[in-house]
Amino acid sequence: MKLVNPANRRKHSIIVVGSGLAGASAAATLGQQGYHVHCFTYHDSPRRAHSIAAQGGINAAKNYRNDGDSVQRLFYDTVKGGDFRSREANVYRLAEISVNIIDQCVAQGVPFAREYGGLLDTRSFGGVQVQRTFYARGQTGQQLLLGAYQALEEQIAAGNVRMHTRCEMLDVVMVGGRARGIITRDLLTGKIDAHAADVVALCTGGYSNVFFLSTNAMACNTSAIWRAHRRGALFANPCFTQIHPTCIPQSSEHQSKLTLMSESLRNDGRVWVPKTKGDNRPPNQIPEGERDYYLERRYPSFGNLAPRDIASRAAKEVCDEGRGVGPGGRGVYLDFGDAIRRLGEENVREKYGNLFDIYEEITGDDAYKSPMRIYPAPHYTMGGLWVDYDLMSTLPGLFVGGEANFSDHGANRLGASALMQGLADGYFVLPATIPNYLASNKFDKVDTSNPAFAQVKAEVTERLQKLLSIKGKRTPDSFHRELGTLMWNNCGMARSEKSLTEALQRIPALRDEFWNNLSMVGTNEELNQSLEKANRISDFMELAELMCLDALERKESCGGHFRIESQTPDGEAQRDDEHFSYAAAWEWTGTGKNWAVQKEPLTFEEVHLAQRSYK
Amino acid sequence: MKLTLNVWRQASANRAGSFVTYEVSGITPDMSFLEMLDVLNEDLLTKGEAPVAFEHDCREGICGSCGFLVNGKAHGGHKGTTICQLAMRFFKDGDSLTLEPWRAKAFPVIRDLVVDRSSFDRIIQSGGFITVPTGSAPNANAILVPKENSDTAFDAAACIGCGACVAACPNASAMLFTSAKITHLNVLPQGQPQRDQRSLNMVAAMKEEMFGTCTNHGECEAVCPKEIPLEFIGKMNRDLARAVFKRRREPIPVSPLVQEAMQK
Repeated sequence: MKLVNPANRRKHSIIVVGSGLAGASAAATLGQQGYHVHCFTYHDSPRRAHSIAAQGGINAAKNYRNDGDSVQRLFYDTVKGGDFRSREANVYRLAEISVNIIDQCVAQGVPFAREYGGLLDTRSFGGVQVQRTFYARGQTGQQLLLGAYQALEEQIAAGNVRMHTRCEMLDVVMVGGRARGIITRDLLTGKIDAHAADVVALCTGGYSNVFFLSTNAMACNTSAIWRAHRRGALFANPCFTQIHPTCIPQSSEHQSKLTLMSESLRNDGRVWVPKTKGDNRPPNQIPEGERDYYLERRYPSFGNLAPRDIASRAAKEVCDEGRGVGPGGRGVYLDFGDAIRRLGEENVREKYGNLFDIYEEITGDDAYKSPMRIYPAPHYTMGGLWVDYDLMSTLPGLFVGGEANFSDHGANRLGASALMQGLADGYFVLPATIPNYLASNKFDKVDTSNPAFAQVKAEVTERLQKLLSIKGKRTPDSFHRELGTLMWNNCGMARSEKSLTEALQRIPALRDEFWNNLSMVGTNEELNQSLEKANRISDFMELAELMCLDALERKESCGGHFRIESQTPDGEAQRDDEHFSYAAAWEWTGTGKNWAVQKEPLTFEEVHLAQRSYK
Repeated sequence: MKLTLNVWRQASANRAGSFVTYEVSGITPDMSFLEMLDVLNEDLLTKGEAPVAFEHDCREGICGSCGFLVNGKAHGGHKGTTICQLAMRFFKDGDSLTLEPWRAKAFPVIRDLVVDRSSFDRIIQSGGFITVPTGSAPNANAILVPKENSDTAFDAAACIGCGACVAACPNASAMLFTSAKITHLNVLPQGQPQRDQRSLNMVAAMKEEMFGTCTNHGECEAVCPKEIPLEFIGKMNRDLARAVFKRRREPIPVSPLVQEAMQK
């Protein structure tokens, strides 16, 4: 790693897009180091980023419990949890850094849960057999983000970071083969602006909202990474999406999003459905012997803490068998009866109180009295822009951190690992690799008067004008809903050649209709939330096609990617290491044209490849 | 259900606004309040009218984006609930509801129900942090924090920065917000070195931003979706008195960047 002399750092400018865990921590840290940082968010404040909604916790190989944890163990669990489709070296680095993250956050004043002796408390998450998850009640993401946000605000006040709020990135600008800036839209005035810098880092989150209904916030989108993809950045493993097993089931047609119930609930909650089909009795009247605790039955050693992909699929299976509960039979019980009897209601409240409150606010049911009803929902995307070990994409000078990149979680992310990765990238990896890039290259002075900026600016403006000029009949939401339903049915928890081929035929038609029949009001030169939405949906329309293509080409099942053609005799995901032990990195060749694929082979030196078993 | 909505419409910050009445129908009890507004907006869009602008994002009560007054009550007036989590089952068919943005000098209206809350960020900039450059932290368990202090810090840190406390206060005071951050950091051992400086600066910043002062109405606590208790304001006042008494230092000058933003 090369270094930049402290006196030279202020001569370099860095653009960080996004102010979630990865973005805020990277911007703050690079600001502390003395670089000139510009940070962008479409929110009114960096504190609103969706990292804030993460509930359960953050993993770290501290082994404070003395229960056999180690960096090696966290590394192994993560590689295995990802069904052997992540890059070994990246995951090892992540496990090593995990311990520093906790130190950093505690020093910032993050109020993690503590024991009476004043030491930090931990709990378990899915797919592991140690207690390595640090947490702050059910609001860990909020507390970690506020820590990073406060560090960022300190740097803003010090003048090291310039914050651009309500400012959405719409494209990357390449000058001389390097990423040298971005084009943004001011969401209040519609002004399209150019910003130049020596390096650009995208920390813009995942794309689960391609499903319309997901646990992501309403504004989460793929536009930043998608526009970079259209400029030449390879997009890796787009079909690796995580369906989270414990969400509040959809209740009505008008539902705008789904709400997660933290995985931590599975520490004490037991998942079950009635043994017999069509058993409509209220849960409390179904005797113990007539309940099927299917996770405990099928996966005795991990039980209710089976990894997310496995727990989700199991829920889908029992519902497909007709044993689901609640309206439409799309739900399973998450029951705290035993935990309340064992620990007392007060202790359960202390641990999970805010989650029970959220549940009651949304459903009107008291989960202390009767079990929660839950169902899987799109939650996280392991795929993202392809990055090298330094987190640089295939566009030189364009770095990608957090959920926006593809590197660490393979085909399935373990619980409490997203916060760990976001902060590892932001606090420690990018602040080491970006300076290395700056020190290794010569930077000609480039400012926004360079013709490349004017050209991209014109393209961005033209696209927005096109959206505004369609004057069709359908609202942006109606298109988004239709796309989401299609993706959920055909590229969701179970995928087949038939469903994917069908989706690949229907998506271009829907995209055509979108560009010809969209109804839009207002102008660009004002706060226009419909325009923002339509612009983001236009990118989902293209990404959806690539996701299906990737899913079709990957004929094996692995982690969250379940091809019904490829399963073991007892219905588990059947990998095909001989043919598919690679990361698929797709290259854009133009709208409506086929993508070109490059394959990064995955080689495992430390971990022995095996059929993943949680039985 | 059918509802009559009286919504504040204002095209931009420097244009006059007024109430406009809309009827919405087909509302079901399981919808959230914002999903009800989605129905209205889809309807308006289809008719070629501008939808009502309102802020929202996570829709699970944690990002703090959403918030406006419903019949004069911040977030609709249900205990411990943001407007995005408020279910329509609490309303009756035929209800008439008045929706207006937060009203406070420090929160200028941007459009319809959207206001500018950047003053909150500037209060944080003035001292709402612990200075710990990345990489310089000691081992996490080297800092012992008594559980009750940790719990108090958490209760205070639960603030989502939505601004309901300001909107509900007759003086448009930001003392609940500011005291929550001061309490969060001042109660922890990590926060001690900057404690007095933090109290002085954040209180000064609050005044600079034109927020009013507290006269113990308690409206803020009543509407706070995270149920931040009023006692934190008392704590802040004690910390302020302590800082003034110790006179460790005068408030540090507000950074030029903050000053510039305040002049805008």
